[in-house]
Amino acid sequence: MENDIQHANIYDIALHHRFQWEEAQNSYVILFPEGMVKLHGGAGEVIKRVNGKATVGDIVTELKAAFPDAENIEADIIGMFDMAVGKAWLRKVN
Amino acid sequence: MTQNSLGESAVQKTVQAQSKNNGVAANITQTQPLWLLAEVTYRCPLHCAFCYNPTDYDKHTQNELSTEQWIQALRDARKMGAIQLGISGGEPLLRDDIEDIVIEAKKLGYYSNLITSGVGLTEKRIQAFKDGGLDHIQLSMHDITEEINNFITNTKTFELKKKVAAMIKNHGYPMVLNVVIHRYNIGHMKEILEMAEALGADYIELANTQYYGWSLVNRSQLMPLKEQVEEAERITNEFRQKAGSKMKIFFVVPDYFGDRPKKCMNGWGEVFMIVTANGDVLPCHSARVLPNMEFPNVREHGLEYAWKESPAFNKYRGDDWMKEPCRSCPEKENDLGGCRCQAFLLSGDAESADPVCSLSPNHHLIEKAIEDSKNPVLSEKPIIFRTDKNSKKYVAGDKERIEDFHALP
Repeated sequence: MENDIQHANIYDIALHHRFQWEEAQNSYVILFPEGMVKLHGGAGEVIKRVNGKATVGDIVTELKAAFPDAENIEADIIGMFDMAVGKAWLRKVN
Repeated sequence: MTQNSLGESAVQKTVQAQSKNNGVAANITQTQPLWLLAEVTYRCPLHCAFCYNPTDYDKHTQNELSTEQWIQALRDARKMGAIQLGISGGEPLLRDDIEDIVIEAKKLGYYSNLITSGVGLTEKRIQAFKDGGLDHIQLSMHDITEEINNFITNTKTFELKKKVAAMIKNHGYPMVLNVVIHRYNIGHMKEILEMAEALGADYIELANTQYYGWSLVNRSQLMPLKEQVEEAERITNEFRQKAGSKMKIFFVVPDYFGDRPKKCMNGWGEVFMIVTANGDVLPCHSARVLPNMEFPNVREHGLEYAWKESPAFNKYRGDDWMKEPCRSCPEKENDLGGCRCQAFLLSGDAESADPVCSLSPNHHLIEKAIEDSKNPVLSEKPIIFRTDKNSKKYVAGDKERIEDFHALP
């Protein structure tokens, strides 16, 4: 884990990045100057809950409730935050 | 939900396709356009020697699409899946309806990018772009010195560009700089990067000149030495390592000095669609040089026809068109045989391997071009700037320095 992702941390979509549902791709995408990444289901589920208000802990709780059958979901969510922060798609707001 | 659905592998691999106007990250195999480049006008207040626009662009300065036609093109492309919009030219700001185009782009959900020299950008216009929802502005810069900026663009625009850079920053836009690299500025790489950082650039693209249009005519004058390119890349890498620098740097390697060609436009008709000032729809910037090809035009057909059905867009999709040595090459998927336009311009055969490839039977043409650039008799010939006057000469049949190539206008 390269970035210290704590449950109390709050993130928002990074400046100059836009997160949106893209019908033609049938997936969520992050758009930024010169590029786009397409997020597969799980990744999109995490990022769509990032809004500058919810803590990482809130999002973990919410996703656990939404996907009760998923094993080891917390580690996956933290891993997604770690990658998204590392790629500068997210910025920390607190 | 598994690690696989969330981790690095969850994100589809993106690739940087290269072009004069940026790489746009895109999926490798697409059946839909992701990137729409709107070359809204060929008119330009600058006269850059390295411009990739066609030498006969003057033919297309009187028959530009209307605002309504552009808005229709934006809608049609969006329906097909296009998401990144580049508004380019020429100098797009010479049109007074960019504000309307920006508003429509926002409404449709595009991530929009204005690609500009900065000439014509005023406080009033940038505020209108901001209010209209333009996502970013890419500004071309040319050098750290006033002399070279003004020389290579054949204009006095150095001070103006610095002012525009500040304006872009002040309006909360990401600062995206594009610097075309050639013999006259390649020795200033460190200073150019320092300038970009001082301006607060978030992204800088160091685009080594590719040789199409005007830059092909001026190839012997513009091409740096291989050693200079290597040194420039070393300085760029060193700068990247520097602690604390948040600036993202793209160094677009010039293919003349590579062993293998570029996967041009990330594949013909794979992700890019270009609508030119007069409405022609192209799979790449310079496709109009290719022989025996009729490109669709939005005045006659919609973009859906252009992308899916037009013979031009289908011609070089996949690899059925390939000849040897590409056809049986184990690397053909990596580069798809390179650039069709470059193959044609240099060898006269659009279906042959890009001469940049060391396996191409025409590779000697690249070696000769590199030798020519070291030949003082050729390299000291005056630059032919991209001006209306010079373009008119070409349209009228003048062949000065284009007769060596196969793209006679």
